[in-house]
Amino acid sequence: MNNSIANLKVGEKGIIEEICTDIIPLNLLEMGCLPGQIVQLIQIAPLKDPLYIKVNGSHLAIRQDMAKQIKVTPL
Amino acid sequence: MRKAKIVNVALVGNPNTGKTSLFNQLTGLNQKVGNYPGITVDKKTGTCKINQNLVAEIIDLPGTYSINPTSLDETIVLETLLNEDSLTHPDVVIVVAEVENLKRNLLLFSQIKDLGLPTILAINMADQMDKKGISIDLAQLKQELKSEVVLISARKKQGIDTLKSLIENFETWNTEPIANISNKIDSDFFAELKTTFPNNSLYKSWLYITQFEYFNFLSSEDKNNVTKLRDNINKIKQFQHKETIYRYQIINDILQKVYKKDKLIAKDLRSRLDRILTHKIFGYVIFATIMLLIFQSIFEWASLPMDLIDILFANLSEFTKNNLPSGPLTNLIAEGVIPGIGGVVIFIPQIAILFLFIAILEETGYMSRVVFLMDKIMRKFGMSGKSVIPLISGTACAIPAIMASRNINGWKERLITILVIPFTTCSARLPVYAILIALIIPKQRVLGIFNLQGLTLMALYLLGFAAAIASAMLLNKTLKVQNRSFFVIEMPNYKLPSIKNVFYTIVEKTKAFIFGAGKIILALSVVLWFLASNGSTSFQNAEEHIKSQPENIALSETALNKKISSYKLKHSYIGYLGRTIEPAIEPMGYDWKIGIALISSFAAREVFVGALATIYSVESDGYSVGTIKERMAAEVNSEGEKRFNFATGISLLLFYAFAMQCIGTLAIVKRETNSWKWPILQLVGMGILAYVVSVIAYTILS
Repeated sequence: MNNSIANLKVGEKGIIEEICTDIIPLNLLEMGCLPGQIVQLIQIAPLKDPLYIKVNGSHLAIRQDMAKQIKVTPL
Repeated sequence: MRKAKIVNVALVGNPNTGKTSLFNQLTGLNQKVGNYPGITVDKKTGTCKINQNLVAEIIDLPGTYSINPTSLDETIVLETLLNEDSLTHPDVVIVVAEVENLKRNLLLFSQIKDLGLPTILAINMADQMDKKGISIDLAQLKQELKSEVVLISARKKQGIDTLKSLIENFETWNTEPIANISNKIDSDFFAELKTTFPNNSLYKSWLYITQFEYFNFLSSEDKNNVTKLRDNINKIKQFQHKETIYRYQIINDILQKVYKKDKLIAKDLRSRLDRILTHKIFGYVIFATIMLLIFQSIFEWASLPMDLIDILFANLSEFTKNNLPSGPLTNLIAEGVIPGIGGVVIFIPQIAILFLFIAILEETGYMSRVVFLMDKIMRKFGMSGKSVIPLISGTACAIPAIMASRNINGWKERLITILVIPFTTCSARLPVYAILIALIIPKQRVLGIFNLQGLTLMALYLLGFAAAIASAMLLNKTLKVQNRSFFVIEMPNYKLPSIKNVFYTIVEKTKAFIFGAGKIILALSVVLWFLASNGSTSFQNAEEHIKSQPENIALSETALNKKISSYKLKHSYIGYLGRTIEPAIEPMGYDWKIGIALISSFAAREVFVGALATIYSVESDGYSVGTIKERMAAEVNSEGEKRFNFATGISLLLFYAFAMQCIGTLAIVKRETNSWKWPILQLVGMGILAYVVSVIAYTILS
C-alpha cells in the first residue's frame, strides 16, 4: 500500500494513518493535520501543485512533496 | 486626580480571526507602530481605558497558529510572552478565536494558557453563529478551560464592554494549565525539567527546550541546563508531536460537550467561489484582470494628487524664498528641505492606492488563492507563491515590498524575493522614464490604436519583471543557502472587507514608508543641495568671472544669470564629481552633466529630472516637463550633435531600469537580511548589469 494525500482524487477522502516526525513539520500538525483525522482533497492547483485539503475543520494548501509523506487509507 | 493603573494586555490569535478588528475597536486612533529592538517587525500598540482606575496598554502581536514559531513575525509572540524582563511582557493575554475554526484556535489558546499568565478567550464573529448553525455552551466551556470566555463581534462592536469589564478582575483569574503534558508524554523527562526550573510553569520550561534558539535572555547557567536536556533532538521532536496530538484530544473532548454545529444550515459559498477563483483558466484570467485594474488605478488615480503635491511644494518653495530674509538658512529651507519633503510626499498617493487594493485582497481571503495559483510557477524561479504580493508591491515602492516578504517561510525563497524586488519598476522610475520617452520616442500610433510612447513604457515594465525573474533563476542556481521550506497556508473563508481595517492598513503602511524611506530621501536631498550650492574658489568667483568675459557684456540680465548658475554648477562640489566620473560614463553616451544627474539620483531615482532641471538652468516652474524637455532636446555635445539622441536615451532608460539607485532600499535590505552582504551584492550586481547593458546598447545604436 502506498497511498498518500497526493494519490487521492479531487473530492476523495481518507484517514490519516501515520505522520513521520522527521519529515513533517510540527506546524502542519498544529493546523489540525493529525493521525486518525479525515482528510479531503478539495482541489488541485492548475499546475498539479499545491494541493488544497480540508482536515479537522481547517482548509489548507500544501505542496506535493509534503502531501506524499502523509499516508492515508482512502475512504 | 489619581493616576490610573496601567496593565499590559497582549492580543494573540490565529491569522484571519479578526484580531486586528478587535485591536482597532479597543484602541481607535490611539495606536502607534514602532519597532521591536533589533528587528523590523512592526510593533503595534495602543491604549484603551478599561475604567476610571485602569488603563490597558494593548499590544497587537503578529498572527500565529501556534506558540512554536515558523517565521520571523511569529518569534515575536514567543519572545513577548516568555521574556518577563521585556517592557511589553503582558499582565493579561487576550486570545482571539473565531467561532467557525474554534478547534484550531483552541490549540493556541491551550498553549498560552499553560504558560500560567492570566488568559481570556475572546470568541469573535459570534454574530454569525445563528446563520452558521453553531451553538456554544458558554458556562461549561469556561469551566472546562478554567478561564474566562467572552463572545464578541469586533466588527459590530458587540461584547467589547463585557470583555473590558472582565479584564478589570484579571488578578483573580485561574492560571492553572489545561494540559498535563508531563504524564501524557514522558514523566521522567518532565520531572527532571521541573527540578531544573522549579520556579517556572512546566510548559514555559518545555518551550525553553524546544525553542532554545530564541531565548537570548536566559542566564548562562539556564542555557547550560537547557543544552543538557535537549541533547536528543529527535526525541524532543517526537515529544512535540505527541504534545500536539494530546492537546487536540483535550480540545476535541471539550468541544464535543459544548460546541454544536448544524451541518444542514452551513452554506457553501466558499466552494463555489473557490471553483471559479482557482480554476485553471478563469483563475489566471481573473488574477490578471485584477492586476491590470490595480496598475491602471495606481497611475490613473494617483496622477492628479501627485501633480497637485508637485505644484504645492514648488509654490511653497517659491513662497519661502520670497518671504523669508534671504541667506543660507532660507536657501537651505527653500531649495533643500522643502523639495526634499516634497520628494517623499509625492509618493504617498501611489503607495496609499496600492495598499488599498492589497488590504482589500487580503481582507477578502483572495490573496491566499493567488498564492495557491502561483506557487508552482514561482518555485521554478526559486521563489514561493507568497512572493507574488511583494513583487507586485514593488511596482509602487521596493521598501514596503521587501517588508511584505516576511511571511515567506523558507529563507532561500525569501532571500531571492528580497534580492530581485528592486528590478520591478517602482514609481520613482516613472518620472525618469516619462521625460526620456518623451524625448526620444516619437508620438505616433502603432496599428491604429497603440501609442508608441505608451508601448515603450509597458516594455520597460515587462523588462523589469523579466530582469527580476531571470535573476531569480540565476540566484536559485547559484545561492548555496540552507533551505527548509515548509509551505503550509491556510485557505481562509471569504469575507467582505472591513472598511475600518482597510483604512488602518493604509495609514499604517504609508506611515511606515514616510518614516522609513522618507527620512533617507530627505537627508540626501539636503546633502545634494549642499554639494550643488557650494564649491571651491572658482565657484565663489563665478559672478565676477562671467561678467569679466567680453562676450557676455551684451547679454540681458536673465541670460547672464543663467550663465552664472551654469558656471557655478560646473564648479560646485557635485560638478567636480560629475567631471571626475565622465571618463567612466562616456562609453554609455553620457557627459558630466548627465553624470551629475546620475550621482544625484543615487539617493533616489526621481531626483534625476530635478537635477537635470537645475543643471540646464531651467526655471523649474513646478517641474513642468515641457520646458525641461525642450531644454534637454536642445542640448548639444561638443560636435554639435543632439546630446539626448536615440542611443543615449535608450542607454539611460536601460541604466535606470537595472541599476540599484535607492539608498532606502539598501538600508531596508540590510535590516531585513541582517547583513551587509546582500545589499552590497544588489548594489554591485545590478550596477554592473546596468553599466554593461547600457554600454552595449549605446555602442550598437550610435
